[in-house]
Amino acid sequence: MNETFKAFDFRTRFGSITFPSPIFTASGCAGSGKELSQFFSLDELGAIVTKSIAVKPRSGRATPRMAETPSGMLNSIGLQGPGIDQFLEIDIPWLISRNVRTIVSISGETVEEYATLARKLRSVSGLSGIEVNISCPNVENRGMVFACDPIASREVIQVVRRNLGNDLPIIAKLSPDVTDLVSIAQGVVDAGANGLALINTLLGMVIDIDARRPKLAGKTGGLSGPAIRPVAVRAIYQVHAALPQIPILGMGGVASGRDALELIFAGASGVSIGTATFGDPGAPLRIKRELEIALKERGFSSFADAVGAAHES
Amino acid sequence: MKTINPKAQQRDVEVLSNKKVGAYHHIVLAVGDLAIATRPGNFVAISVGDAMSNTILRRAFAIYRASDRGQYGGTIELVVAPHGLGSRWLCARQIHDRVNIVAPLGTSFGIPTEPVNALLVGGGYGAAPLFGLAEVLKSQGSRVDMILGASVAGKIYAPLEGKRSVNTTTLTTEDGSTGIKGRVTDVMPALIEKHKSEIIYSCGPMAMLNAVNQIAEQFQLMHQCAVEESMACGIGVCMTCVIPLKGDDGLVRMSRSCIDGPVVDGSAVIWGSDRTVPEGTLGK
Repeated sequence: MNETFKAFDFRTRFGSITFPSPIFTASGCAGSGKELSQFFSLDELGAIVTKSIAVKPRSGRATPRMAETPSGMLNSIGLQGPGIDQFLEIDIPWLISRNVRTIVSISGETVEEYATLARKLRSVSGLSGIEVNISCPNVENRGMVFACDPIASREVIQVVRRNLGNDLPIIAKLSPDVTDLVSIAQGVVDAGANGLALINTLLGMVIDIDARRPKLAGKTGGLSGPAIRPVAVRAIYQVHAALPQIPILGMGGVASGRDALELIFAGASGVSIGTATFGDPGAPLRIKRELEIALKERGFSSFADAVGAAHES
Repeated sequence: MKTINPKAQQRDVEVLSNKKVGAYHHIVLAVGDLAIATRPGNFVAISVGDAMSNTILRRAFAIYRASDRGQYGGTIELVVAPHGLGSRWLCARQIHDRVNIVAPLGTSFGIPTEPVNALLVGGGYGAAPLFGLAEVLKSQGSRVDMILGASVAGKIYAPLEGKRSVNTTTLTTEDGSTGIKGRVTDVMPALIEKHKSEIIYSCGPMAMLNAVNQIAEQFQLMHQCAVEESMACGIGVCMTCVIPLKGDDGLVRMSRSCIDGPVVDGSAVIWGSDRTVPEGTLGK
């Protein structure tokens, strides 16, 4: 085959699974997958990361749930979803039957709920991994954000590993809103996580100055978009420096191939596209193509060679 | 509808015309074969700004009319109020500029199989989609009466060509600067009786739709309305534009107005639930 037409070696690995593409969707930014399949082939992705699912159906928070901010947005969805049983009955079969690589994101209010979710997923065949969301900022009680507490976050990952078995990779999704990110990362890796998802949204607030109250009905929301990209790059860089063997799924305001390359050079083994998809449904595919050009322009012959490149000099 | 409009596509399209009409802009986009797939009530999500802009989200606009055979092929027309950053950017586009759209999106107004007496109620520029609806209703033999209301005369959108498909038009303004002084709902009961209206279609601010729905219930008339909630994506992935809707199974769900709407049955909406999730909603 002519070198020009040979597919770029985009392979990347999380735990036992090798993914053919390093571009993923960010949890909560791809619906059930079906919606985006109208705009590009989901096979182009490393995997769809589904919206964090809970044990029971959740209505989520009241509206307004969204406030646009400079180069970003606040969301206050509150983990709306159908609950794990309906999710396994409707959403997962659709993805699996179309051979879409799927990472299921799970969210619990208690350690026991994470155990229940992991048990139910253990028997599902065709999955590529589990993202354990221990860092959603849109919960009523901020004390439940496990990722702010090293002991609680370790405990959650332990029970997920115990109930899930050893076959599927576990990716722990962490919050940047903590004092010592590296120690929390080390803790969840010790507890059995194969990879880390960095970063979840940052907690923020917008005030409606005419109504003199928070714009969002839930008062606070998670900040995403290019506004938080430097925070993501910093978090990935720090954690990769401390734990160079642990693959990081990087995310936070990536809107182009060059943005993705920043996260990869900082140490990300994969990049999730979130808020950019809201503005451009075809963003994941466009960013993958831009990334390929950006890597080739810099002389890289494979994706893996570029991971952590900013640490070498 | 629980899935995205199967006709929706993302495309770069040309601005054919952009004219100021009173307080609003009338914008025509050359969309090719997307026009024939567009139904009254559908909306378009448009990417606004450029590399120097700090607004990253698409903007949703109701489609005023769609036409599949014109000099430039298929077109969709919008009526835009230049209020926010995104709508001001769109209103500043020149002829031959290109914009990135996703269309057609969302549900459309249901068209009865038999001719009916239809009452169309619109508020401000939100009334725009009703003119395309009026054309369809008229062409299948229905009687179309229209009420257009706004706070002041300058905010009523009532284009001359839109009136061709309408039997009667009644205007209301809150300050009395044109038409009848008052709100659309003040004149609805008498017009329903006079024209023997059998179905109500409405489009405008949520508070107006709620008031229209109360009158529809009082007269036991079917009511279809196009709802509004702030959206980030328009394609069903962000979950921000939800409203509480009662499903066929009787359960109330926070439902995406970009997928299950914007056109919904007024009787399915749990009205007046701004900033709260109604009691009994699934998963509350």
